This record gives sequence, C-alpha cells and structure tokens, in this order.
Amino acid sequence: MDFNFTAEQEMLRDSVARYFGDHYAFPQRQAVIRSEEGWQPGFWRGLADDVGILGAPFDEAMGGLGGGAVETMIVMEEIGKALVIEPYLDTVVIGGGLLRRCGTPRASELIGGIIAGEVRLAFAHLEPSSRFNLAGVTTSAVQDGSTWRISGLKDAVRGAPFATHVLVNARVRGASGDRAGVSAFLVATGATGLSSREYPTVDGSRAADLKFEGVSAEILGPAGQGCDLLEAAVDEGVVAICAEGVGVMRRLLADTVEYTRQRRQFDAPIAANQALQHRMVDMYIALELAISMTYMATLKLDRPVLERKRAVSAAKVQVGKALRFVGQAAIQLHGGMGMTNELAVSHYFKRATMIESELGSVDHHAARIEQCDAAA
Amino acid sequence: MQLEFTHEERAFRAEVRTFIAEHYPADVRTKQDQGIELGKEDYLSWHRIVAKQGWSVPAWPVEYGGTGWSATQRHIWAEELQRADTAPIIAFSTNLVGPVIYTFGTPEQKARFLPRIVAGDDWWCQGYSEPGAGSDLAALQTRAVRDGDHYIVNGQKTWTTLAQHADWGFFLVRTDPSARKQAGISFLLIDMTSPGVTVRPIITLDGAHEVNEVWLENVKVPVENRVYEENKGWTCAKMLLAHERSGIALVAHSKVALGKLRKLAATIGEPGCRLADDPIFRRKLTEIEVELTALEYTELRFLAAESAGKAPGVEVSMLKIRGTEIYQRISELTLEVPGSHASLRVSRATAHASGHDAVAVPSAIGVADTYFNLRKLSIFGGSNEIQRNILAKAVLGL
Repeated sequence: MDFNFTAEQEMLRDSVARYFGDHYAFPQRQAVIRSEEGWQPGFWRGLADDVGILGAPFDEAMGGLGGGAVETMIVMEEIGKALVIEPYLDTVVIGGGLLRRCGTPRASELIGGIIAGEVRLAFAHLEPSSRFNLAGVTTSAVQDGSTWRISGLKDAVRGAPFATHVLVNARVRGASGDRAGVSAFLVATGATGLSSREYPTVDGSRAADLKFEGVSAEILGPAGQGCDLLEAAVDEGVVAICAEGVGVMRRLLADTVEYTRQRRQFDAPIAANQALQHRMVDMYIALELAISMTYMATLKLDRPVLERKRAVSAAKVQVGKALRFVGQAAIQLHGGMGMTNELAVSHYFKRATMIESELGSVDHHAARIEQCDAAA
Repeated sequence: MQLEFTHEERAFRAEVRTFIAEHYPADVRTKQDQGIELGKEDYLSWHRIVAKQGWSVPAWPVEYGGTGWSATQRHIWAEELQRADTAPIIAFSTNLVGPVIYTFGTPEQKARFLPRIVAGDDWWCQGYSEPGAGSDLAALQTRAVRDGDHYIVNGQKTWTTLAQHADWGFFLVRTDPSARKQAGISFLLIDMTSPGVTVRPIITLDGAHEVNEVWLENVKVPVENRVYEENKGWTCAKMLLAHERSGIALVAHSKVALGKLRKLAATIGEPGCRLADDPIFRRKLTEIEVELTALEYTELRFLAAESAGKAPGVEVSMLKIRGTEIYQRISELTLEVPGSHASLRVSRATAHASGHDAVAVPSAIGVADTYFNLRKLSIFGGSNEIQRNILAKAVLGL
C-alpha cells in the first residue's frame, strides 16, 4: 500500500502547475471566457508541445507519456485549481479512454491526433430526457454502406464549440433504456446535417445543442455493444472530474482561510471566531476525505467491473457532497464579497456546483452503488 | 501509488487473525454474546494471553516489551482486534501511562511498573478530569503538598473510566498553586488501595457503570512515585496526546457495527416490510458506507505517510472526529430499525436467561442503550469541538 507519488509524477505536477501559472492566471482566464472565441487555441497547442500532457495516459508506442490513471488525476487536479475550461476531460480522458479500448488502426490514428493537439473531442451523451443514463438514448444510428447515419438531438454538449469531432452515443436497435443496441460514434463537427446552437455555460465554458439529421459517422467498436465500453471510459471521466473537484476545493479552502484572516470586523480578523474556524475545519476534513476517495477510485479503475463501478460511484458521492458543502461554506465565509463576480472564489464555486452533477449526481451514483449491491 | 498490502503484510494479517481466533477465551466470548457485563478478570485474562504471545504493547520500544512492528503491522493488529470484537486491552495502561514511564521515568520506576503493565498484572486508571477541569484540563485543582518523603494529596477526579477495577492510577495534581496553570502540575502514580482513596460510581444514561468519581483525602503518596520533575507533569500529559493512535478511526468497529445493522434491518419485520426493503433506509446505509470508506482510505493515507517516514501530526485529529461521528451514526441507524420495540430496558443477559422469551423482539434489546452510551465518543478523549480547535490552529493556522 502506497499513496506517494513517484518523482516523475511530482515533476509532472510541477510542470503542469508552472505552465498553468504562466498561461492561465485568473484575470487572463476571465478575459478569454468573455472573448468571442471563448477559449485559447494557443494554450491547447502548448499542452501538446510545451508540457506534453495531451499524451499523458497513452502508451509510449502511440506517442504518449505512458502514464495512467494517476497521471490523469494529477493533471485534472491542476485543471481544477486553475479553472481550465479547455476540453481535456472530453478529449483526453473520456474520448481517449474510449479510443484506447477500441484498439483499431483508426483509433490509434485519432489518438495520435489528440496527442498532437489536432483532434479535440466533445462528448455528446445527454439528451433532453436521458438524465445520467448512458443507455437512455433515442438518437438513432443507421448503417449506410460503409458509413453510419446519425439522427437525433444531443443537448448541453460541453466544449462542442471548441471541438473538431463529437463523440455520440446512439442507438442501432432497441428502445431507450436498453443497454443493448447502443454504440459510440465519431462525427466531424463540420459534417453535413449537423447543426449547432451554441451558448455559454454558467461556469465559464461553452456548450451547444447539436441536432443530427442523417449525419455521417464512424462507429467505434462493435455495433450495438458499446454500453460497457462507454461506461468504462465514462468511469475514468468520473474519477478525473473528482480530481478536478479536489483541485477546485483546494482553492476554495485556501482562499477562504486567507480571506478570513485578512477581513477585520469588531477590531479582529473574522478568522478569530470559533464558528468560522470550525466551519473551515469541516471544509478541510471534507476536502481530505474527497482526496482519499479520489485516490481510491483512481487506483480501482482497473478492477473487475462491479468493484470498479462501486468504487467510482462511491468517490463521486463523496466528492459531490464535499463540493456542495465546501462551495457553499466558501461563499458564506466570504460574506458579501463571495456574492460578487469579481472574486475568484465565486467562479470556483460555480465550477464546483457544475461538477456536482456532471457525469452523474450524488443521488445517481448512490443508486448505482445499490444496483451493484443487488447485482453482486 | 497502489492499494494492495504486501505479501508479508497479508501473511501477518492471517497470522494475527488466526491467533485471535484460536486464543480468545471462549468464556469471555460467551459472556459478550449473551450481553453479560465483562469483569476485570475477563479483560485481564485476554491481556495475559496476548502478553504471553509478546504482543500486548506493540508500539513500545523493543527493550521494554514492544514488538518492533511497522506502523502498518500495528494498524493491522488494531484492525483485527476490532474486527474480532475482542475485549479491549486496557489503553490506560498500555497506551497512556506505560509510554510516560518509559519516556520520563527513573530506572527504578521502569523496572517496577513496566513489566507488570506488559504482563497485565496491574490495571491502571487515569486521574485527569475534575469537576472544574474538563476541556480546560490545566485548570485542575487537586493539590499535592510535599511532606518529607511524601506528597499529601487532596481533591476530586471525575469521569475516571473503570476505576472500580484499578490497582493503580496516574494523576495530574497541582504542586505549585502560585504558578500559572500548566506550570505547577506534577504527574503522580497512586496506589488505588492507599488510605483516603474513594471510588464512587457514576451511572451513565444507559444504566452502565463505566465511569467514576475518585476522591482523594489526605492520600500519602511516596515522592518516588512522581514521574519526571516536580511541576513538569504537563510535559508528560502532552506527550500522551501524540502517542500511539492506531485504530483511533474505529474503522473496523464501524464495519462490524454496519454489518450487524444490515443484518438487523433484514431481520426485523415481515418479509417485504423490513427496513432492508425500504429504499429510503437503504440509501441511509449506502451513504454511511461511503462515508466509512472515505474514512478508511484517509486512515490508510496517514498510515502510508507514516510508513514512508512522514509521520502525520495533529491531522490525525480528523480521524477521531469522523471516526466517532460515523460510529455514532451507525448506532443511530441501528436504533431506527426496531422502532418502538427499542424502548424496553431489558438486559440481554436477562433475556438470554429466560430463553429469549422476555421480550417479543429480542434483537431490539440494548439497541437504545448502545446508542445512548456511544454519545460519549464525541465527548471523551478531547471533545470533537476541541479537536476542531486543534485542527484550526495547527493545520489551518487560524
């Protein structure tokens, strides 16, 4: 049993933190998210060329760094600390996770594109009535010679405006809710028949509703048997987003401690009040427990399916609850200043709140644990 | 990073698990199963068996009887004892006074007291709290006045756990009333059979006799029974805070209790109407299990840090806070299972004696009293509020 990082992993963390520090300072981020483009292509290019983290979890044979889930966790935690909006999760973790499992020459080619910074993915899995169910799919896929045709509506597709390709879960047969009949598909964002309505998200990113009308798509994996594959890749995404949440909470706590030490009322720093001290201790404990669960789930991603699912969902439950508690407490302890758009803390709070439900809420994952119990 | 224990550690776990299974006294187990209160000899008989194996004081230096185990081995041992629900080895002896004596004691004190602690010959109690000195321990008033080769001790201690069994007690007493608080305190070892020592039971809300008042009236204590220098007793008291805390998170205790709770929820009531079938109650169980898992891996992180030579400091206080909160929560949920059937106060021993016919729902017996009793967890050993004060100061720098 060992929870220490290797020297290489520490170096990875340092270099990512340094790069984000130089290129993603809070005022710069705010300027970018208000810009028309909404993201920084040059920053993404730097992730490929300067720090090389777009290849972090891929085999060296594919041109990657040969890392694994721990490296992903390290990068995602730094992404949380810096409130990075560029699509690392969707491109490298979920998209890359799916492609890695496909093992086809085409998948390897796409992975090469990801590592080079040329392929950016958005994960179009939500439908208006799907909630968090990956099999809750009405979007259809019909074979058309050597290609497939996708029709349907995917909404709130995070990062779609920045993406070169969209990953879509669509149904080749069966009814919504059936696990059988679902596959993952890849669609180029400029494809004919794909229309997009873009809008900003509350946490500084961009998203789109995507309407597919007979859009040409490549299938990833065997037809109609994609649910297990998708679920495995999404579980990697869930753990990664837990790590992002940990990074967000580190900043929420640190900023709150700092603010309460500086803010003076009744001739003393407000941090001198025991009610505030105990709240901050509870924030600290919530954060530490969230870290432990993120480690645990990261290290259990390669376990047998039921054990993996249980571990991943348990982490999301713990981290989701912590995000709500730590986020709300951070705003409360900042007082009126926490309500302003000016301070970084409110932006960390908004991201924390969105992570709570991204890839499954606390209740969804608690129910998933119970489904695992029933299946065991 | 990796989660697995090493092959050697797993073999060690198997070894200690087998030892406990093969050597735990059958009569003590029977008493526990029947809900009969354990007596002094029950505790000490197990202590002596463990001592014979050489494992009664694992964390001590080897020269005084320690095992030389790694932090992970000590963790595994503590966990296996909890898992097997054994009568506890009395921590006041092995984890509290023992380390003070081997750290600060004279060679004579070490030779006289340590072997008897290791062997389980003496039972020690802790004379710290007073009616006016709880969280603010240094406000203690018990006086010790030097009279030749003796101190004459007068005062009252309270919440003294299992003092009714104690042969010896370690006491914090004031030897310099003019000094400020912590400065005038000394650490005395007092023979509980000394004239002037009176132990009076305090019956707690669950009807149990665990804690006591200890009155000291002109008790003569030889100066040779003072550990460390006069007026430096606070140094000894502080040292105890940092000592062995394996098992402080009560993870294995909570796992055992949660397993019993699940069984109880699947037992009481007609099939289909049991709490185990109720989605709302099931969700409560899921949530507490997730909390317990988070605590377990937090404890393992601290353990891994310690094994890597980075011993955690006061951060460990969070294990006490969460460990007690979770254990209490499980007792709370256990209380929910029998509903109003939990209201009858019938001892399990009585019910057992009458062939389990004493009440209609035997599994409800003791559930409420356990819940009441465990409220102590967040109060003793430095209340959870005091633990938060410590974390605020030492970790967050507030």
